[in-house]
Amino acid sequence: MADLNHAAQEVLPKPKSKIKEFIRKFLKRKTAVISAGFIVLLVIAAILSPYIVPYNPDMADYNMLLQGPSASHWWGTDEFGRDVFSRLLVGARLSLSVALLSVIIGTAVGTVLGLFAGYYGGWLEALVMRGCDILFSFPDILLAIAVVAIIGPGVINVVIAVAVFTVPSFARIMRSATLTVKESLYVEVARSLGCKNNRILWIHIFPGTIQSMIVNFTMRIGTAILAAASLSFLGFGANVTEPDWGAMLSQGRNYLNTAPHIVLFPGILIFVTVLAFNLLGDGLRDTLDPKIK
Amino acid sequence: MGRYVLKRLLNAIPLLFAISFLVFMFIHLIPGDPARLVAGIDATKEEVDLIREQLGLNKPLLVQYLDYMKGLLTFDLGDSVKGGMSVADMIAPRFKPTIILTILSIFWATLFGIIIGIVSAVKRGKILDYFGMVIAISGISIPSFWLGLLLIQVFSVNLGWLPTGGVSTWQSYILPSITMGAGVMAILARFTRSSMLETMREDYVRTARAKGLGEMLVIGRHAFKNSLIQVVTVTGLQIGGLLTGSVLVETVFSIPGLGRLLVDSINYRDYKVVQALLLFFAFEYVIVNLVVDVLYGVLNPKIRYN
Repeated sequence: MADLNHAAQEVLPKPKSKIKEFIRKFLKRKTAVISAGFIVLLVIAAILSPYIVPYNPDMADYNMLLQGPSASHWWGTDEFGRDVFSRLLVGARLSLSVALLSVIIGTAVGTVLGLFAGYYGGWLEALVMRGCDILFSFPDILLAIAVVAIIGPGVINVVIAVAVFTVPSFARIMRSATLTVKESLYVEVARSLGCKNNRILWIHIFPGTIQSMIVNFTMRIGTAILAAASLSFLGFGANVTEPDWGAMLSQGRNYLNTAPHIVLFPGILIFVTVLAFNLLGDGLRDTLDPKIK
Repeated sequence: MGRYVLKRLLNAIPLLFAISFLVFMFIHLIPGDPARLVAGIDATKEEVDLIREQLGLNKPLLVQYLDYMKGLLTFDLGDSVKGGMSVADMIAPRFKPTIILTILSIFWATLFGIIIGIVSAVKRGKILDYFGMVIAISGISIPSFWLGLLLIQVFSVNLGWLPTGGVSTWQSYILPSITMGAGVMAILARFTRSSMLETMREDYVRTARAKGLGEMLVIGRHAFKNSLIQVVTVTGLQIGGLLTGSVLVETVFSIPGLGRLLVDSINYRDYKVVQALLLFFAFEYVIVNLVVDVLYGVLNPKIRYN
């Protein structure tokens, strides 16, 4: 038996590991790789920011108000003479955490709802899908604004608002992914072997939907950063004294005439970060799931 | 045909009901006492009670709901708790700027979105395609309020060509409408490109080429015309959501429209106005999408019987 296995291994081509295959394909997509690199760098910089930034982000310097970019202050200073570069890097912690946390919550809730709706069908599916329709009727950022209007401004409330805004689109995507996987042969086999619903759902169906979950998760982080920054800009987000990307932009607006750099740099950073997540999402989609375009 | 339209209309009614119920619940979902929040922390009990009465919160829930539905059907949305104007009177003058803004941004978005999409598809893999797609993905990733601020900085502050905000002249609408349309333009460009690439692979396009038609005719009459129906549908579905963009754009450009009113009313806790605006935005979205859907069914017999 062992010999036979051995022989078979020599004759048959080696089965490629799925992960290796994925990495090989992914590395071919240069924009996605560069985007992933940027995101990794940004996350590391954000985590280490309190130790690596050149200035204390909250330290006012009244001799250096609204200075343009220079050798000592790379991205200039704001209306209190604080270093914009340092504030943005430290602000990355808050802005990225808000986006990540809200998308994680939204994804978890949306995934469970979508899986249950797709798997069990019937009234549960109808309930979840009609619920999504209702939430979808508040287009784009309006749903997040409505949630903030109810629970009030603040960082935690922005997380909740953006999470609520993420749930319906995830529930829809995960439901359709579940419906596809549900029809596959191995699920049929699992059922005929007498697997319980819970086991089929979590052990057999859920892994089959992970690919579309990852792709959409990545894309939604970009959307969440934009949504959170928009809420902050409208004054519903973080306290303006905190180094938050959207709040900094919103504050800098008052000095657009005299010191455009304090609006320019936060905006560039938001733009490039969102772009990186979108391009990474595009790349992941093309590698993981060439069918959905 | 008539049956299809009727079916779609009947489907929308429960949705509109559900939305109106959710918006009704809005004020009841607010943690704490909404009347106290409106009145402020140092208001006396009498003042709070007065506001509670103005908001109608002193009545039983069912009566409140019936009052609210009756108000909806007669377009009587109650009075603003700040200043006492009727909500309808507050909203009415805000329509014009927002509608102009929306129509102009649809114009930019469709014009540039479709042109970029077609050029990218025709020049697939060439530098123009690459350039077009960079614009498209940037349009999706750029914070619209930041784009607005940049445009103000360049065209109003530096060049002095256009006003920084307000609605005093027709020129004031140029920058905000470009800002508002950028996202939709990007989506349309991407969609038009992929739709064009699909149709350009069709046999009839090959036939058109084979019979010696010029490239312009092949692209214009055969390829684009056949992608048009999908492009129109996507445009339509985007229009419904565009109005929401007014919230950010009107804030950046100080335009006294519906979006700006929503932000102000949330800040002033003017709940009746917030309710009315949420209802308006959601209803508008659902109804525009319904119209697009129905038109799509009318134009495309293939999907009608599904």
